Amino acid sequence: MFKVDTSTSSVTKVENYQITKRMKKDIIISGVGGQGILTISAVLDTAALESGFNVKQSEVHGMSQRGGAVQSHVRISDQPVYSDLIPKGKADIILSVEPMELLRYLPYLHPDGYLVTDINPFKNITNYPDENALKTQIEQFPNHRIIDARTLAKRAGNFRAANIVMIGAVADLLPFDDDLLKKVIANLFQRKGDRIVQMNLDAYELGKSAILVS
Amino acid sequence: MQKILLGNEAIAQGAIDAGLSGAYGYPGTPSTEIIEYITAQPETKSGKIKAHWSTNEKVAMEEALGMSYAGKRAMVTMKHVGLNVAADAFINMAISGINGGLVVVVADDPSQHSSQNEQDSRFYGKFAMLPILEPSNQQEAYDMMSYAFELSEKTKLPVLFRSVTRLSHSRANVKLKDQQEQNPLNLVEDTKRFALIPSFAKIQYRGLIEKQKELEKIAETSPWNIYKEGTDKSLGIIASGIAINYLLENFPNDVPYDVLKVSHYPLPKEQVRKMFDRVDKILVLEDGYPFIEEMISDYLGREQKVTGRLTGAIPRTGELNPNIVAYALGLEDKIDEEIPKIVAGRPPQLCPGCGHIDLYEELNDIIPEIGDNRVFSDIGCYSLGVLEPYDSIDTLIDMGASIPMAKGAADAGLLPAIAVIGDSTFTHSGMTGLLSAVWDNSPITVIISDNSAVAMTGAQPSAAMGRLYDIAKGLGVPEEHIKIIIPLKKYHDKNIDIIKKELDYQGVSLIIAQRPCVTMSNDKKELARQFNTFEPSY
Repeated sequence: MFKVDTSTSSVTKVENYQITKRMKKDIIISGVGGQGILTISAVLDTAALESGFNVKQSEVHGMSQRGGAVQSHVRISDQPVYSDLIPKGKADIILSVEPMELLRYLPYLHPDGYLVTDINPFKNITNYPDENALKTQIEQFPNHRIIDARTLAKRAGNFRAANIVMIGAVADLLPFDDDLLKKVIANLFQRKGDRIVQMNLDAYELGKSAILVS
Repeated sequence: MQKILLGNEAIAQGAIDAGLSGAYGYPGTPSTEIIEYITAQPETKSGKIKAHWSTNEKVAMEEALGMSYAGKRAMVTMKHVGLNVAADAFINMAISGINGGLVVVVADDPSQHSSQNEQDSRFYGKFAMLPILEPSNQQEAYDMMSYAFELSEKTKLPVLFRSVTRLSHSRANVKLKDQQEQNPLNLVEDTKRFALIPSFAKIQYRGLIEKQKELEKIAETSPWNIYKEGTDKSLGIIASGIAINYLLENFPNDVPYDVLKVSHYPLPKEQVRKMFDRVDKILVLEDGYPFIEEMISDYLGREQKVTGRLTGAIPRTGELNPNIVAYALGLEDKIDEEIPKIVAGRPPQLCPGCGHIDLYEELNDIIPEIGDNRVFSDIGCYSLGVLEPYDSIDTLIDMGASIPMAKGAADAGLLPAIAVIGDSTFTHSGMTGLLSAVWDNSPITVIISDNSAVAMTGAQPSAAMGRLYDIAKGLGVPEEHIKIIIPLKKYHDKNIDIIKKELDYQGVSLIIAQRPCVTMSNDKKELARQFNTFEPSY
C-alpha cells in the first residue's frame, strides 16, 4: 500500500497481496537486567536474518538495566513486521530467565502461546513473592515449560549459560533448523575461545533435552 | 547487504555511508548507541571519521557546526532534554545556516523510560524553523540519513532528525548501500552570515523566513510523506514517524481509510487539506506530543473533526503501541494491562558494590544531625538515591541543578545545604554553578560522587577523570576545603568526619568521593586509578 517509486529509497513498502499462509513468531524474552536476555535476542535475530526472515526486536537500555525488570520483544516473520512491540494477547512464546518476570508479561500471551521459564528466582527485592505460588500460577497454563536452567548450565560448565539453556528449551518452537541455531551460538561465542563455545553448545543441548521432562 | 541494526546503529551507519566526517554528542538514553557505534567502526579508528563524546550537548552542537563550517558533513546526537542544553546553538545556527551538511539527531523518550519529561523535539524544529525528518523504521532511519545531509546542503540549513525510544532501541534487518566519499575541506565564502551581529543577523533571519516557502514545497513532494487513498470516507488517519507501524499492525493487508504518513516537516499542508476535503473525521497518531493534532485542530473546538491525544481518543501521555491504536480505531475496547497480582515491582537499583551506596550510607548517618530535605542532587545513577532503601537525596531537576539550587537554598537560610553531583554531570553543567557559588562565597558543600565514567548510559569516558581537583581549585574553592575521600566501608567513620567538618565551613567546600564504577572493566578501572593521582585526605 505505501509504495514509493524512488528506486533508491525503501520507504515502508507493502504490496497488496493475499496472505495464505504466514510464518510469524512473536516472542517476549524477559528477566532482570544483567541476566543475558539480550544474548538470547541476538541469537534469535541472527538466526532469523540467516533464514531470510524479517525481524524486529525491541529492547531496554539505560538505567532500567541496573537490576530492574527488562524485556525484549522479538518478532520474526516471512512477511513485513510493522510494530516493534508485540500487541497484547499475540505472543507465541514468553521465554523468561526468571519465574516472576515471566508472569509480568502474561497480558501479551496468545491463548495458544507457550510459557517457558527458568524456575530459579532472582531475588533483589524484599517483597519477592512465594516461589511455590509462582510455580502454581505458571502451571495453570496448558503450554508451560518449567526448566531448572541454572542447574543445567552448571552441568554444562557455568551457571551463566542459563540463558543459552533456555534457547534450547524453546528450540522446537522456533522456525529454525537445529544446525543453524548451533552455528549462530558458536559464532557468537567464537571470540571467547573453543572451550566457551563448547560449553554454550552443551548448555543448548541440555536445554533441548529438558523439553521432554518439563 | 543486509545487517541487523539497532535503530541508533542504522542512524549511525546511514550517516557513515552518507560521507560523514564528524559525529559529536553527549551520552543520554535513548541516543547513546549512535556515537558508540561510530566510535567502534574501522573508519573512525583509522582517523578518517571523527567521533567524540563532548562535555555537553551545546558543546557537541558547536563542534559539529565548526566541522560544517569547514565544509564537511557533521552529525550531533543527544537525548531530547539535551536539546534544551544545546538550544542556544540550535536556534542560532538556523539563523546563520550551515556549510557542510549538518544533521541534529535527537532521540525523544515518550513514556519517560529514562527521562524527567517526554518533551517532543519537533517543537524545537518548528521553533527554529528548520526541516524535520522523522523515520518510521530502521530502514528509513538508514536511508533517510543521506537524504538528510543532501537536504541540509541544498537548503543550507541544519536538519533535525527525530527518533524515539522505540525506534532507537529496536533492531531490524536493514539493507545497506555503498559508502559515499566525504566532502573536501571547503571554506565558506560569505562568512558574514556566521557573524550574527544584529545588522547581519537581521538579513539572515529574514532569509530564514523567506526560505520557509521552499521548505514547505520540498516537504509537500518529499518521498517520505505519502498519501494513500482509502475506500471508507468516514475516517482519515495522519500517522507520523513510527505511529504508522502501529496502524499497519492493525491492518496488515490494507487500511480501509485514507492515510497520510508524515515523516518530513514542515507538515505537508496540501496533503492535509486533501484529507480534510475527503473524509468525515481525522485521527492523528503521533508518538510524542499532539504536535500535528494541535496544528490542524480547530482551536475553539467548535468543529470536532480532528481527534487524537487532545480529544482523548489516544491517552495524552505515554508512547503509542498497537493496542492503543487499535482502541482509537474502535478495534479493541480496553487498553489497560492486567499483570497478575503476584508480580511485584522491580525498579532499577544501584549495582552491588557501587561507591554511591557507601556515600549515601555516610550521608544517612549525618542527616539526622543536620536535618532532612537539604541534599540537592543531579542526573546519573546516583539519582537512584532518591528511592528506598537510601532516600538520601531530595532533588533532581536537570543536569547541573544541584549546586545552584544548594546555593539558592543557602541564600534563603537553609543551612547546611549539600549538593551531590556526579563527575561527568559536574563537567557537563556543574562548573559554572560552582563558580557562581565561589564568587558569592556561599556556605555550601558540594560532593562530587566521582566514578570516573558516564555510568548510567554504559560507562562512557568522563571528561572529568583526573581533573576534578584542579578544576575545583582553579574555580576558586580554597584548597584546604577540597577533600578527597574513598567511599568504602572501611573509611565510613573517617568520611563522616570529613563531610561534617566541611559542612561547618561557611564558604564553598568540595568533597570528591572517588571510586571507579564497579561495572567498568579492570582495564578501565586501572586507567581511572592512573588518572586519579591525588591522595585521599586521611
